[in-house]
Parts: sequence; C-alpha cells; structure tokens
Amino acid sequence: MDAASAGDKTPLLDIAGLSVAFAGMTVVDRVTLTLDDGEVLGIVGESGSGKSVTAQATMGLLPDVARVTADRLNLMGEPLLGAGEKRLQRLRGAAMSMIFQEPMTALNPVLTIGRQIGETLLRHGAVTAGQARARSADLLSRVGIPSPREKLDEYPHQLSGGMRQRVMIAMAIACHPRLLFADEPTTALDVTIQAQILELLRELQQEYRMGIVLISHDLGVVSSFADRVAVMYAGRIVEDAPAASLFARPAHPYTRGLLASRPSASHDTPRLQAIPGTVPPPFDLPSGCRFRTRCALAQPACAQLDPPRLQVGPTHGAACLTPLAEAAA
Amino acid sequence: MSEAPLLSVRGLGKTFRRRGRGFLAPAVEVRAVEGVSFDIAKGETLGLVGESGCGKTTTGRMVVRLLEPSTGSILFDGVEISALAGKALRALRRDLQIVFQDPMSSLNPRMTAGELITEPLVVHGVGDRVARDKRLRQLLGLVGLLPHHAARFPHEFSGGQRQRIGIARALALSPRFLVLDEAVSALDVSIQAQILNLLEDLRSELSLTYLFISHDLGVIRHICDRVAVMYLGEIVEIATRSALFATPRHPYTQALLASIPEVGEGKRRFQPVTGDVPSASNPPPGCRFNTRCPHVFERCRAERPPLVEVAPGHAAACHLLTPSATTSTGSLQA
Repeated sequence: MDAASAGDKTPLLDIAGLSVAFAGMTVVDRVTLTLDDGEVLGIVGESGSGKSVTAQATMGLLPDVARVTADRLNLMGEPLLGAGEKRLQRLRGAAMSMIFQEPMTALNPVLTIGRQIGETLLRHGAVTAGQARARSADLLSRVGIPSPREKLDEYPHQLSGGMRQRVMIAMAIACHPRLLFADEPTTALDVTIQAQILELLRELQQEYRMGIVLISHDLGVVSSFADRVAVMYAGRIVEDAPAASLFARPAHPYTRGLLASRPSASHDTPRLQAIPGTVPPPFDLPSGCRFRTRCALAQPACAQLDPPRLQVGPTHGAACLTPLAEAAA
Repeated sequence: MSEAPLLSVRGLGKTFRRRGRGFLAPAVEVRAVEGVSFDIAKGETLGLVGESGCGKTTTGRMVVRLLEPSTGSILFDGVEISALAGKALRALRRDLQIVFQDPMSSLNPRMTAGELITEPLVVHGVGDRVARDKRLRQLLGLVGLLPHHAARFPHEFSGGQRQRIGIARALALSPRFLVLDEAVSALDVSIQAQILNLLEDLRSELSLTYLFISHDLGVIRHICDRVAVMYLGEIVEIATRSALFATPRHPYTQALLASIPEVGEGKRRFQPVTGDVPSASNPPPGCRFNTRCPHVFERCRAERPPLVEVAPGHAAACHLLTPSATTSTGSLQA
C-alpha cells in the first residue's frame, strides 16, 4: 500500500489520506494514490464521486471554504498542503498543470490564443515577448493546429471544440510539467475528435515523459489510455489495480456493476445489468460501505464498518468486505 | 418489411438562414439536413447516429413536426404529415412524441411532476380530473416512479428520475411513436442502463416504435434494430444493426467505429481520421466526407455519391462502392 517505502525512488505524486470537506460534508474521503514519472493513472467514477475534487485539491485550486486534509500530499517529494499560494503558483504550469472538459469555459474569451499561451511562458520562463510568441506558435503546431501563426491572433470562439482542446493542451504543456491532470478532456468532443485528442495526449506523454492523471466517467477511454486505474464512489476509492487486471477481474461489486451497465459498441449486449438506485448525496451517506445501499451482495456487516482495502492481487486492491472471489485468481 | 412502414421519410431537408457575419452581409444558408430518406416499421427502433452538427436532431424534430421541413415528405401511418397544421397537427401529436436529452431544461421547474406528466392530457382535453389522476398513477408506475413523487418539483429529483418524468410525459397521450433525442446521454452509466432497460420494457409493453437519436454507438448498438449514420446533414449509411457493426461499408462509419475506445482492449493507439467536420454552411463539393476520408480520390471531390444498396437492406453513399460511373445525384430525392 505504501508505495513510497516500496522502492527507493520518490513517486511523482504521492497522496495519502486526502480528505476534502465543504461545509462539514466530506466529498473526498481518505483517498490514497501514487503516480510515478511517465505513468498514466485513470480515475473513473460517476458524477459526484469526488474525482475532480481530488485533482483540484492537489492543484490547490479549491476555494478557501474547502477543508483539505491529508497525511501526505507530495509532488516530487515536496509537500503541497502547507505550501503558500506563491509557491503553488510557481508549481502550477511549471511542475503540474491541468486541462478541463470544456475549454470554452477554461480559456479567456477576450484574450487571443497567443496572449494566453504566452502568459504561461512569460510567467514561468525567462523569455521575451517575442520569444514567447515564437514558442507559442511552435506549441500550437506541436498540438496539431494548422497555420499556427495565424491562430495566435484568433480568439477561442473562432475555433472548433477539438481545436480549443488542443489550445488548452498547448498551454498546459508549455512549461514541460511533470504531472498533467486531464479532467474529462474528451467528454465534450465527438468520437473521431476524441480519438485525435487521446492520440495527441499519448504522444506528448511519451515525448515529455509526463505523469498523467486521467479523470473520466468513460470506462472505455480509461481502459484504452491508463496504466493503472482507481475507481471512486461517493468520495472513496473502492478499487485500484493495473488497468488490465481491473477490467479483466473487477473485484468490487461497484466496478463490476459499472462494467455490466455499459452498452458496448464492439459486441452485442443482452439486457443491461443496471445498478439499482442512485449515488447517495454527501449529506446522506449510509454508514459503513457507501455502496451497500445499491449492492446486491450487501450483508449486515457492510453497515457496521468501513470496508478496508483488501489485497486481491499483488497490486490490486478493493475496499469490500467480500471482494468477488474470482478476482483473486 | 412487407407491411407498410409506420413512418416513411423521403427526401427530407431543412435549410436554416442565419445572418451573415458583419453589417449588411448577406444571409448565409445552412443546409442542416438534405435528402434524408428512411422507413421505420411498426415496433422497430431505428437509430440515428452521428457527430454534433450532422443533422440528427434536426431530422428528429422535423419528424415530430417541431420544425418545419424545407423539402421532402413524411408519411406517418400512410398519412402525409409534413404540411399538417392547426387541428390536424394537434391530433397528430397524440401519436408522435419526443423525449429530450436534458430533462432539467425541458421540464418547467415551477410545475410538479404530476402537473408535468398530466399537462399533455389537459392540453388535449383528455378525461376529467379523476380520470387524469388515475392515468397519472398509471404513468408513474409505468416509468418506475412512486405515487408520492407526483407532488415534487423537478429539482427534487435526480437526473435519472427527471428523465423518467420526461418519458412519462411523452407517454401520457399513449403515442405510437417516440423520438428519443439523446435521451440517455446526460446520465451516468449506471443510471443510463436503468433508463435503457425502461425504454426496452416500454417498447414491448406498449408496442412503441422508436427513432433513437444518439452520438453513442454503444447505446445505439444496444437498443436499435437498424441504424442510419449521418454526416453533415446526409445519411451516409443505413443497415441493420448487425450488418452495420459487423461490416460497415462507408469510410466514415468505419472511422467512427475505429475511434471508439472499448473496455478490455488494453492500452491502444488510435488511427483517427484527421481534421474537423466542415461547416454546414460551407460543405465541401462532392462527397461531404472527402476532406477527411483516407480513401479519397478525384471523383469524390467532384461528384456527390448516391446512396446505393450494397447488400439487401444495407445502403451506403460512397464512390468506392459504385465503381462504374452512373448517375450520381438525385437518387435520394423522392
């Protein structure tokens, strides 16, 4: 479990016992994750599972009303939790950056593309305005934007959704961050454009050896892109495993439920095994296992205690009192 | 399909006019849908799939007459409905209903679930208060809601429950035909499965016929009997579900299917088609997919490929499938 002590190298991102509460409601509950250099971690979960808040807490992007606590929240060994806003501003962009689902809301509509990319470069690197402009054009060309020099003087609304996402990626990688949070980066895009963006992210990840945390509700996207996967439900990680192991041998009933409720485009699905009920709101969480109210396998004990993470494979864990047996195979 | 189809659409088209960019600029014509033809048999579900701006929603709205078609005909149960107005159009609405993507924006937030569901009955003057209350309880049960839900407002429901309200409302007048426009797209996957199952149950219990519009090929494959793929306002391929997914013939359909990340394939690379969808106000000449097609050749840039039958019940519009130069326009028009 404790990855930091497993090897001698410091993980890129080391999160242990991260909790986030808003107005007394805990939306992220004791999340533990590690990520190595050049590794892709997928976080899957449905709306409200806490996957985005986990990323925002790490980036220091949550508003002051959020109460963030953690045993450990380290980027390349450096604690982020006590770091001042000034230090976080230096780290954001240079060491870690983030791309969002909807570039239209993340980009400033009244600034040109060139100005927005240039800003990141000017803030973090000792470059002149002229150098920043040239470098911005290089970046646009790197992310696959045709006629990059002309695009520098355009505004976000003049671009298509896919092109806007490319601009946001160019901004995010401008200073060669070690860690990239990609929060639903392709959710608003059409499937052929999604494939283009995933392909671009993959290339950049290998070129820069970035660690990527890919947050998505789409199991297919995560399966095709991630090395390891964490499944979140109602603020907790319920299962974590190498991607191949997780999708072949899901151990948590929720993970299994998610997979069984997803219609596939590559084979015919008989009637879908829908998970009954809905995700409980953070102000009305059940005691014990948070999934038990929707779980077909729930037992009285599930209401009594928070299920600990049980090892079901060498690097595969599930927070369930009775993880599904086949998973251990 | 020996029986006459319940819905028969021929050469359907819709042209929007929008203001040009800049002062005194001439209006721009956007052909959102052009030459769309398909049949749907009673009890069948036809899927309409494509990316944003391909015209699938516009097509669906024309079918239920929320939008006026610019060209073409729509036969519903043998009756031409594309020009119906007034009383006749209202009567038609009893038979043809639509469910939208986002119930939060399609349901009046100041009406209770009960009022929302019975509103169509009131509008059409069906039954008295007692009869409507009885029908309300029936409808709530049908979509898996409880009687006490009737007094609640939309914001008190989860997304899945709101979609159940939207479905109950569409079913209030016992329609024979439903257009489902991205009806499960805004829902989380576990809830999406619940609603898909509900739609399947309702289809068989109430002998409904669906036009199912979605961008999600997994959902389309799951629920549809036949599928039409749209690109830039046109149908480029139409086939049975099994034929379309097993042997897609149009390069665009092939590109779509190859772009879908699937669970369990492991880490993979994509060979995506390049480029963006061109603007509908300025579509490329010839085949509309020619700017992105990996197989493009000269003829594609000059001639519009007709939709031709490549196997029984399977048609695609691609020059690769019509090697001999024949007439290439107008075959879609009725």
